[in-house]
Amino acid sequence: MSNENTIIHPSRASGLTRTLSNLLRSREIAVAAVIVVIVVLTTLKSHGFVFSSDGWRNLLVTPSLLIVLAVGQAAVIITRNVDLSVGSTLGLTAYLVGKVFIANPGMPAFMAFVIGLAFGAALGLINGVLVAFGRVPAMVITLGTLYIYRGVFLSWAGSNRVNASDFPSGFNSLGTNSLIGIPVLTIIALILMAVVGYYLRTARSGRELYAIGSDPDAAHLYGLPVTRRVLVAFVLSGALAGLAGVIYAARYGTVSSGAGSGMELQAVGAAVIGGVAIAGGVGTVWGAALGALLLVTINQALPIVGISDFWQKAVVGALIIGAIVLDRILAARQERALIAARDRARLDTPTTVKAGSPA
Amino acid sequence: MSTATATPPAKESSRSYQSYAHPWWRRTLLTREFAIIGLLVVVYLYSMINVANFDSPLTPYYLFLDIAPILLIALPMTMVMVTGEIDLSVASVVGLSSVLVGVLHRDANMSIPTAALVAILIGAVCGALNGYLVAYVGLPSLAVTIGSMALYRGIAQGLLGTEAVTDFPKKWTDLAKDRIFGDGSSFPMILIPFLILLVLSVWLLHYSTAGRGIFEIGLNKEAAHFTGVNVELTKFWLFIFAGAVSALAGVFYTLRFGSARGDNATGLELQVIAAVVLGGVSVFGGRGAYHGVIAGVVLIGVISSAMRLEGQTVNVINIVIGVLLVLSVISTSFLAWVSRWLHSRSGGTGPTSPLRRAVAEGN
Amino acid sequence: MPSQTVVPVLELRDVAKSFGAVVALRSGSLVVERGSIHALVGENGAGKSTLVKVVAGVHRRDSGVFKFVGDDVDFSSTAASKAAGIAVIYQEPTLFPDLSVAENIFMGRQPLLAGRRIDYGRMYAEAEALFTRLGVQVDPRRPARGLSIADQQVIEIAKAISLDATLLVMDEPTAALSGVEVDRLFAIARQLRDEGRGLVFISHRFDEVFDLCDTITVMRDGAYISTVKTEETTVNEIVAKMVGREVAELFPKVAAEIGEVVLEVEGLTSAGVFHDVSFNVRAGEIVGLAGLVGAGRSEIARAVFGVDGYDAGAVRLGGQPIKPRNPRSAIRAGVAFVPEDRRKQGLVIDDSVARNIASVIRNGLTKVGVLTSSAENKAAGPWAAKLEVKTGALDMHAATMSGGNQQKVVIAKWLATNPRLLIIDEPTRGIDVGTKSEVHRLLSDLAGQGMAILMISSELPEVLGMADRVLVVCEGRITADIDRDDATAEAVMHAATRNSSTTPATPSSSEIPA
Repeated sequence: MSNENTIIHPSRASGLTRTLSNLLRSREIAVAAVIVVIVVLTTLKSHGFVFSSDGWRNLLVTPSLLIVLAVGQAAVIITRNVDLSVGSTLGLTAYLVGKVFIANPGMPAFMAFVIGLAFGAALGLINGVLVAFGRVPAMVITLGTLYIYRGVFLSWAGSNRVNASDFPSGFNSLGTNSLIGIPVLTIIALILMAVVGYYLRTARSGRELYAIGSDPDAAHLYGLPVTRRVLVAFVLSGALAGLAGVIYAARYGTVSSGAGSGMELQAVGAAVIGGVAIAGGVGTVWGAALGALLLVTINQALPIVGISDFWQKAVVGALIIGAIVLDRILAARQERALIAARDRARLDTPTTVKAGSPA
Repeated sequence: MSTATATPPAKESSRSYQSYAHPWWRRTLLTREFAIIGLLVVVYLYSMINVANFDSPLTPYYLFLDIAPILLIALPMTMVMVTGEIDLSVASVVGLSSVLVGVLHRDANMSIPTAALVAILIGAVCGALNGYLVAYVGLPSLAVTIGSMALYRGIAQGLLGTEAVTDFPKKWTDLAKDRIFGDGSSFPMILIPFLILLVLSVWLLHYSTAGRGIFEIGLNKEAAHFTGVNVELTKFWLFIFAGAVSALAGVFYTLRFGSARGDNATGLELQVIAAVVLGGVSVFGGRGAYHGVIAGVVLIGVISSAMRLEGQTVNVINIVIGVLLVLSVISTSFLAWVSRWLHSRSGGTGPTSPLRRAVAEGN
Repeated sequence: MPSQTVVPVLELRDVAKSFGAVVALRSGSLVVERGSIHALVGENGAGKSTLVKVVAGVHRRDSGVFKFVGDDVDFSSTAASKAAGIAVIYQEPTLFPDLSVAENIFMGRQPLLAGRRIDYGRMYAEAEALFTRLGVQVDPRRPARGLSIADQQVIEIAKAISLDATLLVMDEPTAALSGVEVDRLFAIARQLRDEGRGLVFISHRFDEVFDLCDTITVMRDGAYISTVKTEETTVNEIVAKMVGREVAELFPKVAAEIGEVVLEVEGLTSAGVFHDVSFNVRAGEIVGLAGLVGAGRSEIARAVFGVDGYDAGAVRLGGQPIKPRNPRSAIRAGVAFVPEDRRKQGLVIDDSVARNIASVIRNGLTKVGVLTSSAENKAAGPWAAKLEVKTGALDMHAATMSGGNQQKVVIAKWLATNPRLLIIDEPTRGIDVGTKSEVHRLLSDLAGQGMAILMISSELPEVLGMADRVLVVCEGRITADIDRDDATAEAVMHAATRNSSTTPATPSSSEIPA
């Protein structure tokens, strides 16, 4: 039997070289690099951007909200779905937490997180059940729940709002305190990012999310528990949106009926910029978090650089479009290279055929 | 000409076919579109009877004024969604067009018609960018239009900031609110351009060869290409259509409210998509019809009107719309599941996708 | 050799499965021993696929005995059958393109470290070990996207081995493979057999069946017919059992008057796909394009029609040039193209019969720009009738029809355009014998009426039986232009492999002999 090589040979590079080269070519590093460049340029213009206590804190705290949302969104997008209801979930949860505090002023601050997580998870469960069992496109379902949750929120709140004074001081201080120089809220966001990222990388069920997004039919055929996994992804997204609501309340203190409006699309945009493909199967939560960081940092940098922040949205939009165009170009280039390599090798190896003779 | 006599010889064909598997009433009435139309009729009648002041001639007038932008944009949005794509940037184009009309009128002293024309042109350009990225570069429309939605809204907000242009000639703002048959009748003038566009769209989608092509693109892009349909050009033009009509809606919006602001019509895209989906258009593409879509838009409008007259807030209306949307999508799935279950009572898995179907049928 | 146990790996007796009113399997039986490669043959519609689906756990049988390694089983999911030790490799590999090769193999079963963390190092190492064992070299870290079909199949096999599958079912595994890859696959299969596993090999290619398998089971019309040892039977016997009746003249070739040149292809080149392809097709002529799978025949046809582009060369129809990359211009000139993949390219499967048939001619059906369903029906009806399409009504979806009928719809659609040249790629793939002969008769008639026909087929007997001339393609080049009288299987295979070291003593045939 002839021992023919297939076309793509196993890499001869050592583990370290391989890791380094993968890292350098990764989207995440590229986004991080852009962030660094922006921060450096802006700081050159105005030192206070980084080097004042307010500046440093703002730089780190403001993105924490979007980071949490983007991480949850990434998990859903990886399964080839999307969750448009997270903005409404965020607002509703923030308001709920405020109301709970008003009713129970003595409640410890950490309970807010528990409530936020549980309530968000419940809202996410509704989405998950509808999408996973209903076999309907997630975009439409979460569009519906976006309306429903926002409607419930608006009906409940009306024109009222929850104020900072309604929250216990211990809770409000979370929004301003720092631990070893890093704001508490940022630490929370980073921990969440690490936990979810770890799960997606090292847990079998986490990897199955990628498989489901990469090819849903193959996943079904393979026997993966698709329904269960998709359900979990939505519960996760909802829970994180709930937590984001708590963070919102801690950071801003005031929760009015517009809270969280429009943030779902920012979350999707952040994930896309960070390398999470809309088609699913590709991307990491670190990428989504970096995408969120990039978006928020740009928003904060623009006014300093002299661009009126009314142009923020335009910059965001251009970035998102730029990111997906770039993805496409890179993917096309990679595919061409793979096919060329394969054909070159096929032309090199001679084709011999045994014309098998029947008995 | 060909030397092959490829005309069907009459003598050979002993076989003749029924045109339709079911009688006309079953074909027409047992559809999603008629379910929505039926629901609309029920809700309308209920409101006429039970909601105070609903039967006043003012009600349809305000109803149409409110839903006019949605009615307009639903026309191209339907076609875009039938090809399997989506356009989330329509509301941003409405906002941009609104701002342009305001700015051009105030700062460049353009007359309203000229400013409107420019705005519509710009809207078409916005649509062309979307169309180019989706059709020719091959990017997913959800992602592209999330980006362009931010971009166009951003330009609108960048141009006007938090200002508003409110100084519009009375002649035009009145025209936006005039009624067709004089005061006291129920139909605002905007319905005229809408009806023209409706006739055009119905012909294009349902009664033209291009429309067959649009459905084919949504059902099977590759096969459409093999039959000679120009998939890229079709999608490209549909996005341009969407952009231009959104801009037209923006002009109307501005004149009706007499105010051009960067944040006009925020969130409108979701209303349009909700109405279109309610009207029976499938997000996956390849399916949809205008009578359902119009009924969907009007249904949402009627519910909003009725609930407002009942003293309910906008919020409750939003909840109702959301629930309707969820139910309508679930019901298709549910019905499909029921029919699959009836067909394969032994509980075999019904293949739903090309790969699974191909594998299951052993092709 | 089978070891201590005599219990067969798989035992199916009298298994039946229906989907509503459709009886897919009447009485399926199959007994696969350890250390055996067992062929399952039968025409499309014989029930093989349904039988395999039952074994795989995709469907649950309605009745009958199903024993796996001696125990009664009833799988309700593919996961269950996998867990029991059954691996199925479908014709279309089902990998996750964005995930690495190793992860594809071990998805859901990745090796773990303490704390339920995936051990990536061990996963890659085990994947490499599997590949070494299979005698191939694939980088376990690379994504599955972009791998050739042959490599994808190897990964599927690696999956099966890592599952320690006791039974391995392969459904038409060689359909997309070239010679070297087929050899490699067979070597692996023999290796697995020698380890005591049971293999089921479904194929239409008798030379491969007789080469590889020790036992053959024939199915027909949803039922089991017989099982024989390969060494005790011949191809003709097997065919007779498969078809079960007098096979009417399969290739009714009517001598047609050959007219002037209709299609001229000159120096057509597409980098890496085909090179300097030149040929003509005349009116009334059927030119067969033969060659191994992957030689580039479909690509040449697609380039001629304009679905794909090309880098150099020219295409002319009746002297007029056809624009590259422009199917519309080809259609206008009078070219029709029935593609290889019915479901994905030939038809809009979720659309009605009438709309499918009218889809190319619809521009001519409009009145004042308005196109109505009744116009489409009026145009489509006669064409469906002429081809004897079996359907309840014209607005039934193509998805409800059998493969043979679907192919008729595709052909009807193109015939309605009154073409001068018909390019047809794999005219009878996946079609039952009855419809097959109808299609052949039709092609013959059309040629007799003066149509020029370019036919691509991987079934050698079909090419030899139908074509006036055979063009052989090997690795993107035309290596032979053989007249009907000189065309033999060896001559064609010779030119298709372009290697003088293969001169078999006995005639080799790939499919049902004429």
